[in-house]
Amino acid sequence: MVEFSSIFSALAAQPLLAQIGMVSEAEGSMPWLTLTTFAPLVGILLLLFIPKEQINVLRNVALIASLGTFALSVGIMVNFNPAVAAAAGDAFTFQMVEHIDWIPEVGISYAMGVDGISLWLVMLTTFLMPIAIWSTYGAIKENVKEYMVFLLLLEVGLVGAMLAIDLFLFFIFWEVVLVPMYFIIVIWGGAERLKAGLTFFIYTMTGSLLMLTAMVYVYFQVGADTGVYSFLYADMLGAELTYEQQFWLFAAFALSFAIKVPLFPFHTWLPLAHVQAPTAGSVLLAAVMLKLGTYGMVRLAFPLFPDAFVVYAPFIAVLAVIGIVYGAVLALIQTDVKKLVAYSSVSHLGFCVLGLVAMTPQGLAGGIYVMLAHGIATGGLFLCVGMLYERRHSKRIADFGGVAKVMPVFAVMFAVIMLGSAGLPGLNGFVGEFLSLMGAAKSHFLSFGEYNFFLADAESAFALGTTTTVPTEAGTSSGPELTAFIMAAIGALGVILGAAYLIWMFRRVMFGEVRYEEVRMMPRLTAREIGVLVPIVVMTIFMGVYPKFFMSRMDPSIHQFLSYMDVKVTEAVEAAAADEDRRNVYGQVVVEPPNEEWVPQGSMVDLARERRQQR
Amino acid sequence: MEALYAEQFYFLGLIVLAPLLGAIINGLFGSKLPKRVVDWVACGAMAMSFAFALISVQALINNMTVSPDGERSWGMLTYTAYQWIFSGSLEAEIAFLLDPLSAVMVLVVTGVGLLIHIYSAGYMAEDESKWRYFAYLNLFAFAMLMLVLGKNMLVTFIGWEGVGVCSYLLIGFWFGDDEKAAAGQKAFLVNRVGDFCFILGMFLVFYTAGTWDYVALAEMSTTAATAATLLPIALPAGLLIFLGCTGKSAQIPLYVWLPDAMAGPTPVSALIHAATMVTAGVFLICRMNWLFTLDHRLMATIAIVGALTAFFAATIALVQTDIKRVLAYSTVSQLGFMFMAVGMGAFVAAIFHLMTHAFFKALLFLGAGSVIHGMHHEQDMRKMGGLRKLMPYTWATFLVATIAIAGVPFFSGFFSKDLILWGAISNAHVLTVDGAMGMITMEHFTSALVPAAAGGEALDIGRWAIVNWVVFLLGIMTAFLTAFYMFRCYFMTFHGECRADEETKAHIHESPPSMLVPLVVLAFLSFVGGYVGIPHFITTHMPEGPQFWSLLLENWLAEVFLVSDAYRVVGRFGASPYGLETLVAVVSIAIAGAGIGLAYLMYVKSPELPARVKERAGKLYDLLWNKYFVDEGYDTAFVRSTLKLGEVSYWFDRYIIAGLLVGGTAFMTKNFGQVLRHLQGGNVQRYATYILIGTVLILFAILGGATGS
Repeated sequence: MVEFSSIFSALAAQPLLAQIGMVSEAEGSMPWLTLTTFAPLVGILLLLFIPKEQINVLRNVALIASLGTFALSVGIMVNFNPAVAAAAGDAFTFQMVEHIDWIPEVGISYAMGVDGISLWLVMLTTFLMPIAIWSTYGAIKENVKEYMVFLLLLEVGLVGAMLAIDLFLFFIFWEVVLVPMYFIIVIWGGAERLKAGLTFFIYTMTGSLLMLTAMVYVYFQVGADTGVYSFLYADMLGAELTYEQQFWLFAAFALSFAIKVPLFPFHTWLPLAHVQAPTAGSVLLAAVMLKLGTYGMVRLAFPLFPDAFVVYAPFIAVLAVIGIVYGAVLALIQTDVKKLVAYSSVSHLGFCVLGLVAMTPQGLAGGIYVMLAHGIATGGLFLCVGMLYERRHSKRIADFGGVAKVMPVFAVMFAVIMLGSAGLPGLNGFVGEFLSLMGAAKSHFLSFGEYNFFLADAESAFALGTTTTVPTEAGTSSGPELTAFIMAAIGALGVILGAAYLIWMFRRVMFGEVRYEEVRMMPRLTAREIGVLVPIVVMTIFMGVYPKFFMSRMDPSIHQFLSYMDVKVTEAVEAAAADEDRRNVYGQVVVEPPNEEWVPQGSMVDLARERRQQR
Repeated sequence: MEALYAEQFYFLGLIVLAPLLGAIINGLFGSKLPKRVVDWVACGAMAMSFAFALISVQALINNMTVSPDGERSWGMLTYTAYQWIFSGSLEAEIAFLLDPLSAVMVLVVTGVGLLIHIYSAGYMAEDESKWRYFAYLNLFAFAMLMLVLGKNMLVTFIGWEGVGVCSYLLIGFWFGDDEKAAAGQKAFLVNRVGDFCFILGMFLVFYTAGTWDYVALAEMSTTAATAATLLPIALPAGLLIFLGCTGKSAQIPLYVWLPDAMAGPTPVSALIHAATMVTAGVFLICRMNWLFTLDHRLMATIAIVGALTAFFAATIALVQTDIKRVLAYSTVSQLGFMFMAVGMGAFVAAIFHLMTHAFFKALLFLGAGSVIHGMHHEQDMRKMGGLRKLMPYTWATFLVATIAIAGVPFFSGFFSKDLILWGAISNAHVLTVDGAMGMITMEHFTSALVPAAAGGEALDIGRWAIVNWVVFLLGIMTAFLTAFYMFRCYFMTFHGECRADEETKAHIHESPPSMLVPLVVLAFLSFVGGYVGIPHFITTHMPEGPQFWSLLLENWLAEVFLVSDAYRVVGRFGASPYGLETLVAVVSIAIAGAGIGLAYLMYVKSPELPARVKERAGKLYDLLWNKYFVDEGYDTAFVRSTLKLGEVSYWFDRYIIAGLLVGGTAFMTKNFGQVLRHLQGGNVQRYATYILIGTVLILFAILGGATGS
């Protein structure tokens, strides 16, 4: 039995901030995660004491706060040891865990932890935040103070949600994200900002409520099973749910995340919100916030409800594939640059989800890499669009033309970012998309089994185990799963279309003759704007040339997750086979241990120390 | 010396690195540097790359081992730069491989590349953004070298896409002109379609073989025990990869971008769209010959597509009036020749033609560039003529190249084209040999001759001989057309009266030395380039020493194509078919002579003839002039239909998804909200009641949930 009265007293008695000190005492080392998450709050605190009129001071303080946060997150990165994630029985092995009972009466704790997946998403957030703040120097002149406060608050929510390993805490951060984003859209947005903000809010709130309901249900289920009521991720994983329960719970979680991603057909809030939001808002919305959806899928929806996931996976994959092509085709015909970039997000996130549900090491690694690459590339594209808009006060493609002649440096940077987004090998977009497609194509998870409706005649040929056979004179041989390969092939069409809409847009905006006097008068990039774009361009190239830096540090976590899923999915498939009422499900997780020489054995700090000692 | 040959041969990395550094220096600082420095950086980078390539090839030569039965082998040199992507069983390193095949390619790319860089320094002298041009050009060289030196398919693919992007950037170099920008875009997108197929082909290879490493794949497909695993995917994967090649190498159905690509600066056309990038497809199939030769249907498809491309492109070239477009279609046609050779299993011939073509076609383009430069950006041959006296060096070198491509004996084009035609008529895949299908085993694919061919008798390949004849006849006809349209082009440009207006005429001038030197060097190469592959009917009478040198290319490449040449593709005319080979050579000489003669008749002797022919064959002329309406067809079938799909989807998005579903929900919510509004009137007592009710409900729910299950 739970005592409810104490919830409030617990909240009152132990405000979050008061506990930070306790953590560091208890752990004895730097509480990197907590520091990174709440560092922006220090910035907010400072901002509150600065008068509204001192715009530049406000901006600089916010910038410094976000840079400080980035510096702290580097602390996470260098202390992160990828080799820790051994093939334990857990879905993920977390590091730098900080755990204190927050409201012990109801099993809510303040628990933070990082693994190979959340690490890079956190880094992405902290990396982009200073850039986003710096980019507002020219654009935002009204209500600067509030804007900066909201941006920093947004960072708290984003980082916190990715680091929380207590579901209640996760939910709090998840909700914290919504509020500042809503206000950013509604106050500083474009002409239709009210509608956009409202749509955004209703959509995401609907998702949140569904998730909360499902989360609480699981919480009570776990409590009833084990007697321990706890929102801890590790405890929640232990829930024993029947297939029917999982079916609905997964639906609730998946819908919530699908809205956030957004997966076709839940995407209609996105173009509206992206287009209406101010530049920094669009950047963070596209680059980081959407990733909460995909991150939530991997972290929560998939491992919590494996029985249901096996059944849902192929359908999610179909939606992802539709999204890839649909988003790309829509992007192709847009007349508004910003809307084009917005629809391109739908397409790119389709690659991501397709990779994630494939349950192969390549697919998962690719999916996560798409998240990172898309964050950099689309963030960069929105920044470029913002710079164009600040000069021309128009986002219509037809209003431009020949910009490359007027702004040569901008043209180069825009081109690099654009090509990165289009998936050129050697730049960031390629690695993720390629791996996602490859992982999806070899997947043994995207089989419809007896749900097979559009390939019913050839059903036996597509069932698991009896992979496609290619007849030859010398006999027959097996290839990849045909349904999966078809999905990957259709998804790969997005590679062509992706190049098409970006290159075509680029040509119409940047190339050709200068037709308008307004375009001719557009000033060149200022030093600040170059400074905003350079980190993006550098990262675009670095992520494409040396993906090892990122991938080798997430692979062990991915492998661990797949091993975990393999066990669960095998159980699920067996259970389904034993149950006469249920139709057969197929699905097999592909587990391939990563190459040992690939994974760094130790954190960056350790490795550096070792190297110094060797010398 | 031993250490140098150890596992890491660093020079391969340097070959690739030099142009990249050049591109970075020019790209970042070029706009601030004086033009001379820009020239020196770019050409210096290429020269260094060429020097490293020479060193590496020399190292490879030194690496030679001779087996007891006299077979020479050069093995390979490799260099692994770093780990790129590892994930599960996927291991992709940035690694390079130098074997006799890539050695030929590297020398062509860096050598011809260097000449064209030098030429560009003169050609682009007046351009404002020369630095940008050279940065792109160096970047292209970098990507191309990645492509040819790649040790696994993924590195090749990086280069493959990289050259595509550089081509896009260079075609649209003068981006102020919308048409040029559009041409670049078209090239990129058509290439992307090919790359899409290439990727899918790569996936298939990976699932079956588990690796993309060429060495491992070669090992696998040339060993009897493991070749069987690759057999089933040879056709699908091979077709997909071949489709990728049709994109890059401008073959049917994806050739449409190349003629438009002529919008770029002429040296770019010479380097990218004649000598190097467009040959990537031929190179790739040769690189993976052991995969392609596994399936005879695949080979036949490639051969026929190549032959058709060769023929149709040649017919289009007949009526073009833009000098660069003639050369562009000629390139498509010659590439078709190379694919024809590859498809017939004459890999050495394909590489041979690739090399000689790189010389003479680059020369033709550079010569055309010199003409265009001299005539102030006039490209229409109808406004040229009589340039022989005004531009003597250009004229002489252009003539050498024209003779070479027309297939006149003693010039390089003759040797390579002859080898291809001979291969087309005489080669047969073992699976097509009558009765072979039943008795063939995996050994016959990898280490033993089929019994039928082992005796040295002529082979019966049944109806598969049709393929030989179709390809051969198309090849012969193409050879005739080639001789004709090339000499048409030559006569129209250099002979007769000058048809330019007075203004232009007064300013026609010979090009500066930096442009002429490459012309002369290439003319020399176009002449002597053929002597590394003298026809067998001559060499068979030679003593061993000279025979080795006159079949140098064949001997050099032998180990690369060992299995394909020895066991999978066999000569169907038995052991000594040299009489027939002579006949083929005579036919091809006669055909070339006829083509040249006809061109002379029509464009020098009686210049009124073309107009009459045009009148008589009006419909056909229209068809050719409009390039068989392929561009229009593609536009309707793919471009407009995709845009239409986009519009329909957008409508669907706005009215069905956002409008009906979401809007409907919102409508209901709104009305529901009207009801709820009455609940929040600001009455505190009411709120308290709600809270109480809510709490009770929650309590019930929780208790029910906790105890209920």
